[in-house]
Amino acid sequence: MSSRDEILARVRQNQPEPRPLPPVPMFDAGLSTSINTFKTNLIRMGGKFVAPPADGNLDALIEKLFPDARVICSATPEVKGNLSIDKIGNPQELNEVDVGVVRALFGVAETGSLWLSEAQYKVNALGFLSQHLVALLDPEAIVANMHRAYQHHGFFEAKYAVFMTGPSATADIEGVLIHGAQGIRTMTVIPMSTQ
Amino acid sequence: MKRIDHAEASSKFIKAKDHLDFHDQRLWDLRKKRDRESESLPEWQELRSLASAIKEHTLTHLADFLEEFERNAQANGVKVHWAKDASEHNQIVLQILESRRARTLVKAKSMLTDECEMRPFLANRGIEVIETDLGERIQQLDNEPASHIVLPAVHKLRTDVARVFAATIGTDAKNSDVHYLAESQRQHTRPHFLKADAGMIGANFAVAETGTVVVCTNEGNADLSMALPKLQIASIGIEKLIPRIEHLGVYIRMLSRNALGSPITQLTSHFRVPREGTEMHIVLVDNGRSERLGMADFWYSLKCIRCGACMNTCPVYRRSGGLSYGATYSGPIGVIIDPTFNLRKYSALPFASTLNGSCTSVCPVRINIHEQIYKWRQIIAERHQLPFVKQEAMQIAGKVLSSPKLYRAAVDAIGASVEHLPRFMLYNPLNAWGRQRDVPQAPASTFRRWYIEHRTKNGERK
Repeated sequence: MSSRDEILARVRQNQPEPRPLPPVPMFDAGLSTSINTFKTNLIRMGGKFVAPPADGNLDALIEKLFPDARVICSATPEVKGNLSIDKIGNPQELNEVDVGVVRALFGVAETGSLWLSEAQYKVNALGFLSQHLVALLDPEAIVANMHRAYQHHGFFEAKYAVFMTGPSATADIEGVLIHGAQGIRTMTVIPMSTQ
Repeated sequence: MKRIDHAEASSKFIKAKDHLDFHDQRLWDLRKKRDRESESLPEWQELRSLASAIKEHTLTHLADFLEEFERNAQANGVKVHWAKDASEHNQIVLQILESRRARTLVKAKSMLTDECEMRPFLANRGIEVIETDLGERIQQLDNEPASHIVLPAVHKLRTDVARVFAATIGTDAKNSDVHYLAESQRQHTRPHFLKADAGMIGANFAVAETGTVVVCTNEGNADLSMALPKLQIASIGIEKLIPRIEHLGVYIRMLSRNALGSPITQLTSHFRVPREGTEMHIVLVDNGRSERLGMADFWYSLKCIRCGACMNTCPVYRRSGGLSYGATYSGPIGVIIDPTFNLRKYSALPFASTLNGSCTSVCPVRINIHEQIYKWRQIIAERHQLPFVKQEAMQIAGKVLSSPKLYRAAVDAIGASVEHLPRFMLYNPLNAWGRQRDVPQAPASTFRRWYIEHRTKNGERK
């Protein structure tokens, strides 16, 4: 008998009496889906929130936010940057990126999280090899909590999906919080409607 | 196999006062942060009940859910393997790596691969394994196992890390600045990510409905391990299954709130289909889980989502450190899981508890941890797995407690002796309970003596 069949047979034999599966409520009555709630919770998780540029010039705003950045790579047509994500052959090439730019599909107010997948990133490593990440978020595309978020069809379509909530972080040494563990050092969210 | 002597091992930890104090405070701080989160969610208790019920449903239908998971993962283009035990798991991983001539593996933290002792197995066969989580990396470089399931190096101070990094990755031994140490590890690890032939993750949850592997991390290392190499492996204990995507809402809301007191981990990552042009493998591991499922009193421990809340709240864990348990899983959850792996080796662990029930009251999936600890004690006593001294003392106690006369004589004698005997007689090596414990002040009179005196005085007796 294969290990698979052996394991399944033993599991089947040892399973306790069946227990029912309860329905899960949404727990979202009266919850806010406002960009302000999102902002408060994002900042709590170490993220930054920057108002959109009055003149609509995102490239100029990003250059102003990151004056030392040499390589800016954008996965959204709304920002030009100076390295085209379409030219990336191997994901390792993104290691030289100072600022990655992406548009999140939606946000979660409860936690200040962004939903992203390979459809947004084009190359997933953009969200992790880049030193900094700038994410655009439509202020209308916010759900109240995680129960609502997991209703999204994206989980059935994306190869890879991630909730990103602020920058990568660690507190593994004496509980001292460090932003910029193995991934991005900062995350900046700019609320902008989809054009 | 040698029996782990938890009390003996923890005495070393207790002697290092600055370590002990920091450890105790750091973990208690996490417990307080958890409490703040729990108080901020009105549905907290309902979420605990749901988290428990969904897991119980899954575990009582586990074979079907495993088959559903396998079917969906295969349809996603993922290769699914099954491992009966640790050694088969390690062999499968080695075969996957060798099939693609992979020599370097970057991996995210996984309790399962620790349980399987995979790292030394692969290292002995020429595979370079790099732990990429900061805490786990510190422990790897120090040749020590993880001491906490969420915070592997929580028992170390910054000066310890400075010593380890100076000896291994070339940092300045005199510089124990935490930012410097963390940045040094980041810089040292990045090239490994870039050149790795393969990447590996564990799993917090595996969704049967979609074949998705879910990992909750803060550092970004799991995503890097999966986003760069052409070959990716996920090792998953069979108890990690949940039925549907919607159930993640319950667990993701509970996991980090219980673990770290933060509303969510910085990253919650869902791996379903391999990246274009790459290969993904899943190894489903039993290693004693299917057997535990058949243990009427103990199968509830399979609900565990590895948040570590029971460890953070446990007074014994906080003051003895995870390494003193001598097992992959330490703290209250370890105490009830470890004996299923090896009853004799871990027979002292269920005694590393005050039975205060704090673990049970914080557990997000409502595992009756302290009741299981008590049940393990019964089994261990029945099978004569108690250490000799404790066994002798218990037999004497048994005789004394079953005879009212002997008991009263003993109580009077103890009252006198606690007051008048020198400490060395109370805390001698034959008294297993005396170590690390202080005997409370004996009352001036026993209740029985008081009762006899008062009743007689009032003339109600006789």
